[in-house]
Parts: sequence; C-alpha cells; structure tokens
Amino acid sequence: MGWNLLWCCGRLLLWSAAALTLRAQEKNPFAEDAKAAKLGEYEFRANCAFCHGLGARGGGRGPDLTRARKKHGSSDADLYRTINEGVPGTAMPANGATQQGVGMTAEEIWQVITYIRSVEKKAPAQPVGDAGHGKELFNGAGACANCHMIEGKGGRLGPDLTSTGSSRAIEYIADSVRNPNQRLAQGISEAMKEFSQEYETVKVVDAKGEKLTGVVLNEDNFSLQMMDTKEQIHLFQKDKLRSFEKTRESLMPAYDQKMLSDKDLQDIVAFLLSLGAPSGGAQ
Amino acid sequence: MKKAPMNGAIEERFLDCEGRPFAGANGKKNHRPASFGMTGLLNVSAAVLVIAACFASSGQAQVTPQRLRDSAKEPQNWLMYSGDYAGRRFSALDQINKANAHALVPKWVYQTMASGKFETTPLVVDGVLYGTGQDDRAYALDARTGRPIWQYQRALPSDIRPCCGRVNRGLAILGGKVFLGTLDSHVIALDAKTGNVVWDATAFDYRKGYSITLAPLAIKNLVLIGVSGGEYGIRGFIDAYDANSGERKWRFYTVPGPGEPGHETWEGDSWKVGGSPAWITGTYEPATNTTFWTTGNPSPSNRGEGRAGDNLYSNSLLALDADTGKLKWYFQYTKHDEHDYDATQVPVMVDQGEKRLIVQANRNGFFYVVDRATGKLISANTYAKVTWSDSKDARGAPVARKDASPTPDGNRVCPGAAGATNWMSPTYDPQTSLFYVTAREQCDIFSTAPQPYEEGHAYYGSAYFPNDDAAPFWGALRAIDPATGKTKWEWKHPSPTWSGVLSTAGGLVFTGDAEGNFIALDAATGKALWHFQCGASVYSSPMAFAIDGKEYVAVAAGSALLTFGLP
Repeated sequence: MGWNLLWCCGRLLLWSAAALTLRAQEKNPFAEDAKAAKLGEYEFRANCAFCHGLGARGGGRGPDLTRARKKHGSSDADLYRTINEGVPGTAMPANGATQQGVGMTAEEIWQVITYIRSVEKKAPAQPVGDAGHGKELFNGAGACANCHMIEGKGGRLGPDLTSTGSSRAIEYIADSVRNPNQRLAQGISEAMKEFSQEYETVKVVDAKGEKLTGVVLNEDNFSLQMMDTKEQIHLFQKDKLRSFEKTRESLMPAYDQKMLSDKDLQDIVAFLLSLGAPSGGAQ
Repeated sequence: MKKAPMNGAIEERFLDCEGRPFAGANGKKNHRPASFGMTGLLNVSAAVLVIAACFASSGQAQVTPQRLRDSAKEPQNWLMYSGDYAGRRFSALDQINKANAHALVPKWVYQTMASGKFETTPLVVDGVLYGTGQDDRAYALDARTGRPIWQYQRALPSDIRPCCGRVNRGLAILGGKVFLGTLDSHVIALDAKTGNVVWDATAFDYRKGYSITLAPLAIKNLVLIGVSGGEYGIRGFIDAYDANSGERKWRFYTVPGPGEPGHETWEGDSWKVGGSPAWITGTYEPATNTTFWTTGNPSPSNRGEGRAGDNLYSNSLLALDADTGKLKWYFQYTKHDEHDYDATQVPVMVDQGEKRLIVQANRNGFFYVVDRATGKLISANTYAKVTWSDSKDARGAPVARKDASPTPDGNRVCPGAAGATNWMSPTYDPQTSLFYVTAREQCDIFSTAPQPYEEGHAYYGSAYFPNDDAAPFWGALRAIDPATGKTKWEWKHPSPTWSGVLSTAGGLVFTGDAEGNFIALDAATGKALWHFQCGASVYSSPMAFAIDGKEYVAVAAGSALLTFGLP
C-alpha cells in the first residue's frame, strides 16, 4: 500500500471539499441568533478559550477578539477562514488541528462566529489620542523604537509591535507600558512545543569573564541562545558560563507618569492602534 | 554470518524460526544461570544474528504467550508497550552504561513523514522493530538499519473524533500478528510478516466519540484494549478480543449500568454519558491471572453538576480477571472529578519483600501505593504541587476541597488540567528500587458552564486555560522511593515535558524534554551524562533493544523514530 497514493487522494478530497465549503460560507447563517451564540459559547470555551481567554477577551497567547477589527480580516468569511484554516506562521491552528480540542463542524464554526459577534464591543474602540504625536514619541523621546520594531524599522531586543494594536486590548497595551513585568511577551514559537519562549531577561558572565545582559531567544537545559542589548546573538553552553541568571523582570523600563504622561501614553496607544490595518485577509 | 563465541549462558532464552527454543550456535544446551551483564549480551549476538537471518529467509519466530510472560528472559527484545507485564519499562541491557553513555551517537532514524505528535513505543522482536505513527500508521523495520520491511496506514474516515491529536502509542504482538487500535475505534490484526490485515473488529461506532490510541495488551490468546473519548461523553469500556479470530470475548464497562454495583454513584441518566475511558495500556499479573487497568475522567470533565456521586469507575484502578473481565476490586483515586485528573498512567507492579504493590504517580499530584491483592490503599503522598486537596479520609486517600471546584469565571487549581503527570510512562528500576516519573508543575484556571450533551460532540462542560502569570510552569523527572513516597532526586526541565522514562541495567534513566533533548541520567544521582537535540519536543516513552550484540535506545520525536548506540 503506497502512502503517496493515500496522500494524493486525501489531498484531492480536501481540495474539492474546501472548494465546496468556501462557496457556501460567505455569510453567517446564524447572524444575531442568540441561541446560536449560546451554542457558540460552549464551542468557544472548549476550543478557543485556552488561548483567547474566557469571554474572548484575549489571553497570553491569543488576541482579544472583542475588538471589532480583527488582524486577519473582520468579515464573516474572513473569520470563518481564520478559524477553519488557521493562520500559517502563528500559533492559530487549523480547525481540528489544535491537538487539544476537536474539529468543529461548519455549523459549529458559524455558531462560534455568532458568539464572537455577540461579545464584540459595539462602540468602536478608538482611543482618544493623537496617533501622529504618538508616532513621534515612539521614534523619538519615548525611545520605544530603540528596542521595538514597527513595519521593519526599529530595534530587535523587544517584540515587534506592528500588529499589537490590532490584537490586544487598549488596557492591555497601556498596562504593558506602565508595568512591563506584568506579562512577558511571547518570543520564538517552536512547531512542536506547546508554549513559546518568553522575553525573559538574562545576565551571564562568560568563560572569559565578560558580562552580558539581554533577552533569552532560546534556551534548554544545556545551552542558551540570547540577544544582548547591542542586538548581538550569542550561544553559550551553560556549563561553560561563570554565572547565569534569568529573571522575569523585563529589560523594558516601567514607564511611569514622570517618564510618560497619560496623554502621551494615549497618543502612543493611538499610534499602535492605527497600524496593521487588515490586508483583507489574503494569504 | 559473523561467528561470535558463545558461552551458552543465555541461549536458551531464544527461540528458533519455528518458535522452538534456540539451542545456540554450538548446538549445546547449557543451564547455567542467566546473566544480564554485558558479557551475556555480547555473547548472545550470534543467536540474535541467526534469528535475524531466519526472519529474512523464512519468517520469524512466533511470540507465544509464554514468551510474553517470560519477557525478562529475552532482554534484547521489547515485547510489549511497557517492556514487561509489570509495567516497569526497565531494560536489563547494560552494554550502554554510566561509564560509556557520554559516547552515545545516533545510529539510524526512521521518518513517518507525518505531522502531529508521535507517541509510539516500538516493539522489537528478534531483530525486527514494529512501530506505529500518526494517523494510524504501522510499520516493521530492520532493527539494525531502520529500513522498512512493510508499511501500513489505515484509511481513516474524515470525521473521526480524537481528543488530543491523531496519535497512536504502539502495538501488541502475539503469534504471527501485531495488533493496532485505531482512531475510528477498530481493533485490527496485521500479519507481522507483511502488514496485511488479518482481521478487523469494530469496538464501537466512532461517530459517537469513541477512539483508540493506546497500545493493546496481549494476554494468553486475548488482545485487550481500552477506549478514549472522555471528552465526548462516551461510556468507557475495556475489551478482550480473540487473537486468532478477532471475536470479542468480553467487555467491562467502566461505568456500571442499571442493577450493577456502582450504578448508584451516578445521578439520573448521567451514567449513559459518564466517560471514564481507559486509554492507557494496562498491566498483568500471571500468578493471579489479574489484569490491571486505569480509567480517565467522568464526563463532562469540568462540570460536576448533573452527575452527583463518586462516579465509579472513573479515575480508578481496576483489577479484572484476564479470562472473563470480571471485576475483582477497584480503587478510585479521584472521586467525582472536576479537573480532568485521569488516572490513565500505567499501573506499575512493585514488590517489597512479601508485599505485592501497585504504584502510580497520579495526574492529581499524589503518588499512591496500593496492595495489589486487595486494592487497599497503603499510602498517598504528593510528588508535585497540589491545591485541590488539603485533607485525607479515614483510608488515607486525599479528599477534594469544596472550594477547588471550577467556577463560571475560573478558579486557579494545581495541578493544571494536563496533570502533575499524564500518559507518558514512568519506570521502576529494580536495581535502585526507585520509581522515576515525569512531573509537570503547572496550575490552570478551571471554568465551568452548563453544556447540553450532543452525541459525538465535544462535551467538556467548559474549559481550562493557563494562568496569565504563567507561573509555575516547569517540569522535572523525579526519582521517588516507593517505600517512603519521598523524592530522592530530581532533574529539572525548563518547561513541562510529555516524555516518558526508561530505566536500564546500565544504571541509566533516559527521558526527553519539551526543548527537544533526549537525555541519559545517572539512575542513582540524577546527573546528566549525555544528551542529544532531536529537533522536536519528545512526546513518547523510550525503550531499549539489542541486535547483533549491540544495544540501542529508541525514542520518537517530531516525525522521527531515533535510535542511539555506542560508536
């Protein structure tokens, strides 16, 4: 029995099934149906809440879905596609491939979408802030761009913030500026690993006595790959280090009122929210 | 064929091509006591070579029920999921040992070319390795090279209902057949020589949420399996099939029906969808003809409302008569569970002098020692962080705190839903008298919500999710002394792993981590002696075998089955 043959047939079936379902699934058959939303909530709890949190308010791993604007497209068809096919290159798996929950039927996916619509904040969550001024601060006096990249420009020591505005709640972003130790951002995600490495701070003294501070890129019991504050990447065998200290104290300073007023913070949040407009959901 | 000197010490452990005892290359029988030492291993090489050559020409030795009972007599083979009927996952091979483990190198790699978790523990019989893979693959490989002899993949329906990945953990072997439990809830027998299907038995209708992921257990002429489906409101069971015909000989429902003892532990009709799956391979005590099986959560896992009572026999250890499936006794680890604390960890037999025990590091964070003649609890001690229980009943069994139940908005409880350990196998090393287990230090926020049952649909009664602060979140391999329940040493993992543990007579324990390392540790001290980066998290339990006088250790990671040996 040839695996290739099986694989081929399987792919053909998948393609034809996908073609059929796509045609049928442009609009939500349960739109605004409260009963369907309730059923969708059950499915959401079982399949989605692990990353997106209860009430779809977002978790450490999944975006806040109460935002009306979705990073990978906001229309019914976009949501269906995102749920059914996943988002390649992210932690969002295709329907049925979560390894945790189980695959949903088309009907159940529409119920989940109905539920998500029911918890979306109706009032557009536009911040009261000056995005233009926020951009100036980000790249200038705020010094954010020293460590954070936006649309290919900026530093690499902290997470890329291009899409943060479209996936996180305003309060989440503001809190992360005021209190960066609260939750460390997720870094490299390995395909087979449940949880990605976080942006933990690491201080080492190498075999020659050189002291280095930076963030963990990748670590296991025996080795450490880190980026120092000059964005140099190092690989160390742990048993060769003179000292090794890792903390959950972020390298990012806590921006208090003196460093950044509430008004300036609002402007920076407004700038982040203005970014990463959905591309229409194309691949 | 290479001629190796034979001292005749252990050749009587071998069978020839027809299954007769193999007399050894010099044709003489010798009844000196068996030695599992390195000398013994090297001297069996000629016998192994002869058997491998037999396989190539005229088919292989038959695996008789007697060989399964006497698996300790043929340490070069790995005849069942846990290595022996006692569930010890201990290899008596010692060619790879504390002194030379640092020199281990990869020997060969077999790729299933499939995605998803690769959880198999392969079998090795007389030079042939039999394994499974994702999406119900099975294969026989030349154990010296990893080159396939045959490959099989079940044509699965598109609407199967696996819980947690399209996984399979391995095969059983008996006679000339290997046995596979499938994700569409069938039990099939494959011809060990060709991979052709010999018989195909339906255990249950998979559309109702049943699936099989465990490696079957062969006892006498029976093939025993249990089912998965605690996430779908199934009614769990353990089955025995005739190895020759595939006819079902007995079924034990893990949720008692009307009129049966234990039925009263379920509210109303909740027993019909009570879950209690049996999804990890059991063990067997030939002397008493007792087979020990463990069960998982009552359904729905995160909601106790509507199923008031202890919910027998969920999260239990069951002692069944191997011929009839009749219940001899049970011990329930977690009553009326609301945290998915499945007891589906291999129940391991340990003897302490006259005491015949079953030990289990349970998903609920306690290490339990139970008398295996009576099911009486002897001790229960925590081996990981526990918040769900802070008291014990008169028997000494942990009792759940009232305020540990899931709430609509979530309640933080330790261990988390994945448990303080899970299905990955522990090991018991008779040389150190220590029990080694993968511990996961993780808490979760458990929420609950009413959920109507719908046949074949996920039935959790809500969800769990990790703490926002992500702490604690790490793991450890712990060496527990079953006599005291105390941890003698631990090897910390940066994050919780899904790898099982193997111990060997070389004074080693092998395990893997989520960061992708496969590691050899000193069994006495926990010191790391060697590691290899597999390139993917390890989601399997390792094993060891020998062929041509050379010991190998094997583990599945990513889509690769990797083997290691000395240069």
